[in-house]
Amino acid sequence: MASLKDMRVRIAATKATQKITKAMQMVAASKLRRAQAAAEAARPYAERMERVLSNIAGSVADINSAPRLLAGTGKDQVHLLVVCTAERGLCGAFNSSIVRLAREKINFLVGHGKTVKILCIGRKGADQLRRQYGSMILEVVELRVKTLGFDHAEKASEKIQYLYEKGEFDIATLFFSRFRSVVQQIPTALQIIPPVFEAAASESAPTISYEYEPDELDILTELLPRNIAVQLFRALLENAASEQGARMSAMDNATRNAGEMIRKQTITYNRTRQGMITKELIEIISGAEAL
Amino acid sequence: MAKFQFDLVGPEKLLYSGMVDQVDVPGSEGDFGVLAGHAPLVAMLRPGIVTITENGAQVRAMVGGGFAEVGPNGLTLLADFAMPTDQVDGAVLAGQIKDLEEDVADAAEGAARDRAAHRLDQLRAVQAVLGR
Repeated sequence: MASLKDMRVRIAATKATQKITKAMQMVAASKLRRAQAAAEAARPYAERMERVLSNIAGSVADINSAPRLLAGTGKDQVHLLVVCTAERGLCGAFNSSIVRLAREKINFLVGHGKTVKILCIGRKGADQLRRQYGSMILEVVELRVKTLGFDHAEKASEKIQYLYEKGEFDIATLFFSRFRSVVQQIPTALQIIPPVFEAAASESAPTISYEYEPDELDILTELLPRNIAVQLFRALLENAASEQGARMSAMDNATRNAGEMIRKQTITYNRTRQGMITKELIEIISGAEAL
Repeated sequence: MAKFQFDLVGPEKLLYSGMVDQVDVPGSEGDFGVLAGHAPLVAMLRPGIVTITENGAQVRAMVGGGFAEVGPNGLTLLADFAMPTDQVDGAVLAGQIKDLEEDVADAAEGAARDRAAHRLDQLRAVQAVLGR
């Protein structure tokens, strides 16, 4: 049985841990507010971009003459998975749920005889994937920045496009966590090369005939690379908000658990202390009686 | 005067959204004005000044390239970079111009140099309009 002093040390340690988790929760909460605002501010751009692009893509008459970023390579042999995760842990299941989604996709693709290549954005995802799929990882991009700017996404997207131009892959899919609310983050897979337009084609079937200035192809060749950067930027912002949300709720749980532990340890401590006093008293009394 | 919906969107945030009378846009092939009922159009932007006319008052914003889309719902500008003119820092702009001047000086003959020179001209035009 632990001595009273050991128990006191233990309680103090748990209290210290609780203070840390509490502080982390509050930091996450304030970061979350900023990240959430940034993610929401970036949504209109990405959405409108997608709309404009799907309109133009819908009106391109001959898909084969379209830029390769839109038309694809015509194959689906080599897949590039861009897995966006956090740089830091202690945020609940945030990183693992993205990795789990990616892993399912990898196993599915490998099972169908496809070649898989992985580009990790964020250290944590790379750490988890390296164990099992180390040979597939092309590169790990670390994003150790305070505020995420558009240029970070641009740099990463240039890298992806460079690989595509070299013919390193046929289809690129982005993995990230969509921010729904503080308690709900949805791991999402989004195909970015070639882009898929959900329902856009059928919905706006009688497409408005746009005039183009300069012509369609020039616009498409400008717009497609930008679209990749924009989608990536959006994914990273959503990820940042999700990460903070996940960390906040994880740390809230941890703080509560620590409180519970402190309560239990204090009860045990008091009981032991009382037991020892009683024992000493009994010893004194029986000693006095013996005289 | 008939109004239409106008949105100016940067990658990081929505800068302007509202009903306006007229917008003058710096297109890559030349400036053009958009009024209500404009035909559907997709155009590329060059770095320049967007002038927004709303109830007779004019608001100006600097954009750094991007796209304009005129659709049935109005005009949307997707700018790489956008900022109200009164917030543009003359020193930053001058710095960018200086960088580009160096690029032009360093670059060998070819497409890269032409692009830099082209962009330099555009930024100089912006600087001239702003008068800083």
